[in-house]
Amino acid sequence: MIPAAFDYARPSTVEEALQVIAEGGDDVKVLAGGQSLIPVMRLRLAAPELVVDLTRIPELRGVREDGDALVVGAMTTHSDVLTDPLLARYGQLLVQATETVADRQVRHRGTFGGALAHADPAGDLPAVALALDAEFVLAGPSGRRTVPATEFFVDYLTTALEEGELLVEIRLPKLGEDWGVRYEKFNRVAQAWSIVAVAAAVRREGGRIAEARIGLTNMGSTPLRATATEQALLGADVSLEAVTAAAALAADGTSPSSDLNAQADYRQHLARVLTRRALAAATGL
Amino acid sequence: MTQITVRVDGQSYSDDVEPRTLLVHYLREQLGKVGTVVGCDTSNCGACTVHLDGEAVKSCTVLAVQADGGTVTTIEGIADGGTLHPMQKAFHDMHGLQCGFCTPGMIMASIDLVGDNPDPSEDEVREGIEGNLCRCTGYQNIVRAVQQAAAEMRGASTGAPSTTEAVAQS
Repeated sequence: MIPAAFDYARPSTVEEALQVIAEGGDDVKVLAGGQSLIPVMRLRLAAPELVVDLTRIPELRGVREDGDALVVGAMTTHSDVLTDPLLARYGQLLVQATETVADRQVRHRGTFGGALAHADPAGDLPAVALALDAEFVLAGPSGRRTVPATEFFVDYLTTALEEGELLVEIRLPKLGEDWGVRYEKFNRVAQAWSIVAVAAAVRREGGRIAEARIGLTNMGSTPLRATATEQALLGADVSLEAVTAAAALAADGTSPSSDLNAQADYRQHLARVLTRRALAAATGL
Repeated sequence: MTQITVRVDGQSYSDDVEPRTLLVHYLREQLGKVGTVVGCDTSNCGACTVHLDGEAVKSCTVLAVQADGGTVTTIEGIADGGTLHPMQKAFHDMHGLQCGFCTPGMIMASIDLVGDNPDPSEDEVREGIEGNLCRCTGYQNIVRAVQQAAAEMRGASTGAPSTTEAVAQS
């Protein structure tokens, strides 16, 4: 199908984009990589009056260091993520998850910021951002504000972005060599969405686990942290027994949906199994 | 209407398009480049794959206005005159097609893959073309074709004789 007719704007700076959006009325959609928006528009599930295309705003693309943080521009494509030297060194969890996103054609166009702003609970990158306590920098008519990941994801396809605001960059902590990471994903066929997936990052000190961060994909209307598992791992030995016991708590407090791919209780089972696998891999067991 | 200027298969075009026109429809209906096909219309099957500024994209999921100022290569632009591109030749030699509908997209995605990974293993080929569906399920020979073409393309880039290598690979 062909999308319904719309007006098209292609600003070249963030400032210009904000102005176009502000003047665009009530029915504006922001086009990042378009790999979710264009299909939705083709199906006429969305029929905006104005589409504001961010693909020609150079300041939104790329990765830089800022002290202990990596700053990823919202329009950095998935392919950029996979080839970026800073992310290769400090952002392996994001790299691993991004490798599993869709297929190479989609990864050439799709963007990190677009995937986060779309906030599909089956999308792979929100859980990574949540696990890493990413900070979201939003630009609006009255300036910029920073929103923590715990507040950014509000509900199904809903974020803290207000009308007229743009996600411009995402700040991630640099994970050094004392961290082990793993994105463990379960889906049925190539390029399918995650039925459940687990993003795990574990910092070791000696033979013990000093810190664990675990994000769950598609276990609710937003990405979730496996808090009970994280707490059980603090100070635990790096052993299969400890990891297995902690992973058994991964679905605690979740109420995932049932759909064609999986019933809720099966999703909870998957969360426990995938958490165990992710933790074992992240700790080198 | 918005005016776009785009280079397609080595030739420049300036056209008026509606912003909602998908790149694949622009290629097929305004430029007559019907070698690029619409398969699923849902961004799944990859039959419409072309290269936009050197990267494989699903042309049903890109707006024609987004190609403005860019360079597009379609299946119609990869042969060198009467000489098939090594990927086209390999699909022919290895029977990498049955009904042929997925073939343009398969070839364009595979060229993109081999550009990044000149010597892909069988698994890497299967992963690399996961965005392209063959409804005939003829993957076995498609994978063989991609590996043969990769060998040929490696040979071409190093100037080494490639025929023996291609046979050995298959």
